[in-house]
Amino acid sequence: MNSIQIENISKSYGNIVALKDISINVHKGEIFGLIGADGAGKSTLFDILVTLLLPDKGKATIENLDVVKDYLKIRKLLGYMPGKFSLYQDLSVYENLDFFASIFGGTIEENYDLIKDIWVQIEPFQTRPAGKLSGGMKQKLALCCALVHKPTVLCLDEPTTGVDPVSRKEFWGMLKRLKEKEITILISTPYMDEAMLCDRVALIQQGTIMAIDTPLRITEKFGKKLFSIHSENLYRLLKDLRMYEETHSCYSFGQDVHLAVKSQATSKNDLAQYLFSKGHENVIVKIINAGIEDTFMELMNNSLKVES
Amino acid sequence: MNTIIADKLTKRFGDFTAVDNITFEVGKGEIFGFLGANGAGKTTAMRMLCGLLGPTSGKATVAGFDVYKQSEKIKRNIGYMSQKFSLYNDLTVKENIEFYGTVYGLTRLQIKEKTTKLLERLQMISEKNKFVKDLPLGWKQKISFSVAILHEPKIVFLDEPTGGVDPITRRQFWELIYETADEGTTVFVTTHYMDEAEYCNRVSIMVDGRIDALGSPQYLKQKYNATSMDEVFYMLARETATK
Repeated sequence: MNSIQIENISKSYGNIVALKDISINVHKGEIFGLIGADGAGKSTLFDILVTLLLPDKGKATIENLDVVKDYLKIRKLLGYMPGKFSLYQDLSVYENLDFFASIFGGTIEENYDLIKDIWVQIEPFQTRPAGKLSGGMKQKLALCCALVHKPTVLCLDEPTTGVDPVSRKEFWGMLKRLKEKEITILISTPYMDEAMLCDRVALIQQGTIMAIDTPLRITEKFGKKLFSIHSENLYRLLKDLRMYEETHSCYSFGQDVHLAVKSQATSKNDLAQYLFSKGHENVIVKIINAGIEDTFMELMNNSLKVES
Repeated sequence: MNTIIADKLTKRFGDFTAVDNITFEVGKGEIFGFLGANGAGKTTAMRMLCGLLGPTSGKATVAGFDVYKQSEKIKRNIGYMSQKFSLYNDLTVKENIEFYGTVYGLTRLQIKEKTTKLLERLQMISEKNKFVKDLPLGWKQKISFSVAILHEPKIVFLDEPTGGVDPITRRQFWELIYETADEGTTVFVTTHYMDEAEYCNRVSIMVDGRIDALGSPQYLKQKYNATSMDEVFYMLARETATK
């Protein structure tokens, strides 16, 4: 059963097309990720789903309620954490939570069970103004405020942007626990590694969906033989591999370079020989499976080629 | 020659120690990654090094100038770019470049030459009369960076320069960083992408205001018996992030 249905949604701002004919179904109780960079259209899609913006074309429902006609009903069952910190900076941590519980006609106690795990981490600071919290704490408070009325669908717009890797991991741990409580979670992120933590994802770029599937099946779409290569001088390695005639694409990945080749026939040995002839030392070549980031870039390049 | 020397640099706000006795040096043309969890003290340390905030104690020189007495000279000799403060949206690309050129005291002729060079390097000549607000984020970041080094500073400070950009643009951005460092400019960069930490010559990791680890990515991975910088970071920064 679908919790969110998006059918052929388009939205433009003047000449700028933010969303082009987007269709997505999010199943009940899944964590669905919208993976894309700033400006890909993720926030526009959220604004439409949380009934803050009207689409130009298309239709969307949340729990079978129409985002245009039934917007008042939708707002009651939806939890929304916008990309920009939107709590009251001069209210205390506790006052913010109390405020969000009361505008939905409830109390903190009613659904305390749902927020307990997260709330205990910020409780020591409950008298502090929300504006004075650190980034990680603000994020936890915003999540509590989005959850306090016990929504069935949770929309999180880039909750981990600008957050350090440790806090990001913790945040995903919290989401996994919410999933166990059968809340449907739609989350957007520019971090490709977070895609692997979702049940299914849509890769989105310039208002278009490049792929929708489980993270694993998306990476199977890569379709080229891929190597991970290491040598002493990364920058020179990258430059030399770009000149290699069998190169389809090559990108740095931390301490290694990922190289996709045109033909399946290219071997580790071929590469080692080529790099040796260019004077590289301590070269390590491995055959690897593509990850989400490899696939994202491959799909991006494909769509650029189609455009031009 | 070192372009940044910090010796027991400390900043306290009331009874809270934001930066606690940090000591490090950054060499000319080095790419230095300045890592730490949110709230570890990176921004405060960076503001002191940029001459924007006076330290409580300790010493530091940046581009050869003292952070206590010569902060104005520091500002002239550094470039700074952050994700938040970048360009004027209501000015065109060309106007933004001219504006920054003027602020940094370049002559009209210098500005003209630099503008052409910069637009060629970024392959953006045909976009020069476009308003910055109409450009994709990735382009804005590249222009911001180029503008930050327009006056050929000895050091450029980059505060999370690649946040939110797509993976291809992120990598193109790092190539700009490599080129700049190759030309002898010191690059001091903060990031939350741990793959980018691997691109730095050396990195430091701040925990609770202290520098708890410092060295090349290779060295740190060996020292902490980790396979990636992500693991190293996780081991060190976990403590602060959970507070």
